Amino acid sequence: MATPASSTARPHPRTPAAPKPPFPHHAGSAISIEQFSLVDISHVLKRADFLIHEEPLTRAKRLAKRRVALLFYESSTRTRTSFELAAKSLGIDTTLVSNLSSSIEKGESLKDTGLTLRALGAEAIILRHNCSGAPYVLEHFTNLPVLNAGDGQHEHPSQALLDLLTMLTHISPKHAKGEVELTAETLKGVTVSIVGDILHSRVARSNMLLLPKLGAEVVLSGPPELLPDVAAESAPGVVIERDFETALKRSRVVMMLRIQSERLAGLNVDLEEYKVKYQLNETRLAQFAPEAIVLHPGPIIRGLELTAEVADGPQAKILEQVHNGLPTRMALIERAFDAIDKKGASR
Amino acid sequence: MKPIVIHGGRLLDPAAGVDAAKDLLLKDGRVAEIAATGKLKAPADAEVIDASGLVVTPGLVDIHVHLREPGQAHKESIATGTAAAAAGGFTALAAMPNTAPVNDSPEITRWMQAPERGAVVRVFPIGAATRGFKGEAINDYAALKAAGVVAVSDDGLPILKDSVMREALAAAARVGLAVIQHAEDTRMTAGGSMNAGPVAFKLGLRGMPAEAESQIVERDIKLVSELSELRPHYHVAHTSTAAAMAAIRQARRNGLRVSCEVAPHHFLMTDENVGEYNTNAKMCPPLRSAKDRDAMIEAILDGVVDCIATDHAPHAAHEKEVEFERAPNGITGLETSLGLCLEWLHYQWKMPLGRVLSLMSAQPAALLNLKGRGTLAVGSFADCVILDPNAEWVFKAADSKSKSKNTPFDGWTMRGKVRWTISEGRVAYKE
Repeated sequence: MATPASSTARPHPRTPAAPKPPFPHHAGSAISIEQFSLVDISHVLKRADFLIHEEPLTRAKRLAKRRVALLFYESSTRTRTSFELAAKSLGIDTTLVSNLSSSIEKGESLKDTGLTLRALGAEAIILRHNCSGAPYVLEHFTNLPVLNAGDGQHEHPSQALLDLLTMLTHISPKHAKGEVELTAETLKGVTVSIVGDILHSRVARSNMLLLPKLGAEVVLSGPPELLPDVAAESAPGVVIERDFETALKRSRVVMMLRIQSERLAGLNVDLEEYKVKYQLNETRLAQFAPEAIVLHPGPIIRGLELTAEVADGPQAKILEQVHNGLPTRMALIERAFDAIDKKGASR
Repeated sequence: MKPIVIHGGRLLDPAAGVDAAKDLLLKDGRVAEIAATGKLKAPADAEVIDASGLVVTPGLVDIHVHLREPGQAHKESIATGTAAAAAGGFTALAAMPNTAPVNDSPEITRWMQAPERGAVVRVFPIGAATRGFKGEAINDYAALKAAGVVAVSDDGLPILKDSVMREALAAAARVGLAVIQHAEDTRMTAGGSMNAGPVAFKLGLRGMPAEAESQIVERDIKLVSELSELRPHYHVAHTSTAAAMAAIRQARRNGLRVSCEVAPHHFLMTDENVGEYNTNAKMCPPLRSAKDRDAMIEAILDGVVDCIATDHAPHAAHEKEVEFERAPNGITGLETSLGLCLEWLHYQWKMPLGRVLSLMSAQPAALLNLKGRGTLAVGSFADCVILDPNAEWVFKAADSKSKSKNTPFDGWTMRGKVRWTISEGRVAYKE
């Protein structure tokens, strides 16, 4: 064995460069919100506003008889229904494959399931998966546009876009309609608090990456078990404020998150204590954020992260968010087919 | 076997202190003679290798590989794994026992070394430290050693229980074997698939904290120090964290017989290399932070690291073409180690060529007491690699001799090209 020499200071050596995103993706994919520039987002908002107001029978001719597969490895109400309705509104034939009633149960891999759907004529796949990063696997092996409907604890980009649409409707309607292009200052001076189970939330991650691009300040609030300190390091323009009421005081938008009890295994979270510190109730809302709008990606658990009174109160825009899912997803699906047709034309 | 004369090369044998133009005669599997260029009396039937402009150096030794036999030949076999090794300049491999079944017996040890396996370089089995890798009862180390085992380890799993680790260190010391620890407190890494930190948070993956490695190393060093009368040899496999390296540094200052290896991916990559869930950047221990990576570089340049080992861990394509969390840990490494070490340790970071080669041959051979290897002194095994240290080339995973192609170094620029690999006097690889 060689004897250890003493450690000496030396200039930091040059090291190999890590690969830098973005990696090549299908132009129609929506896997991470990072794939969207402000121009892309402005376009999505504009098309969303146009499509939702279009005469339904005209709209249904846009992508008549095109094919989309909805591949769902996790249960979903809002996201699945709104993607499905959005596709159908554009005239698309949809098919739903869920892990509980398919060959996935027999052990078929994601790659093989994707190739099978492609062989059946699917031109794009809307994927919800319990593993973070699964959409990249599917996109890589099928070369189809993949719309991420939530992957593990990673991202949920269509949710972040519909959240943005909801916020802009109340803060800057012109931007919400896509009449004015978004800029890095559109949400300047606006603080958005995201509260609760950040650790397990793909919605939080997409919003954390999206909102600072428009100049918003994102404040994360929650206990350390559900909001580790590294959260603030993982995206620029994001800060942590453990005291909920301090966070509320600054907020124009308060986004409450569900505690994902199905993912809490091994974590020591006292729900009663959590409610004392982080539940959004009428008193807190009236005292600290009387002007703020309250958002929640759903499903909500009344009496836990927020009270029934707040959920049903005038500041809550939770059903508006659900409603906004439809136009947002229509625009994303149209974007995917635009990319497919462009790719086909250039071939 | 025809004798071989290697003519006109630069012999670089760090263990023997030789760096000079020499001709070598290899005969009957041994180095028979060394003489100044042109002064060797070659036998009439000898094959002559022209090594002009090339470096002749002891065959490389990798003390940490997974050859997957018995039991998982769809990933790799002893024949394909050793062919990849020969292409990478290696002539001796220590094979980890996490096979199916686990190598915890003299029978499996002998089976792995049988000529029927088709090895083109020497394979030295490492025996399981505990029966069936269960971490409960230690194996019969004397019997394993008699069958050819060169160290014991439960690699892939740690020996978690203090009492079992203490017993393993003591028993291995009595028979003169090293205990190689896969330092990972699995109670802290459950469900984790990459290094804990901002990157894991952003990707939404459960992290494996650095402390899971360093706390086991610290615990083990304490045990080694308590057993100091027996002088146990404790070796830390694939060291990846600054904290574990600091503990190793300190243990050696204290005179303990503690050694360690570092894998090329741990001194060249960070958790940023996981990129968009690249399963070929998933291994255990995982790629760590830049701070950890820098600590590995520093420890190698300082001489704290005893050897480079690849942790060559082949997996079939279909096993890696899955969701990141579901992919198995491990990457191949035998064909990239030399090219990466020369490019980075020697050319970029200015470590002398002899020291780099020593980290890959003389030092690992000495660690596991592989007699007559890691040197080309007269009488030692004719294990030798002839390489062009200046040649620049690009590694293509698809061209790999390994049965599996799971490497994150596809497309990387390498320096130093193997022209011949000779194992015990036979040409095992020729470019």
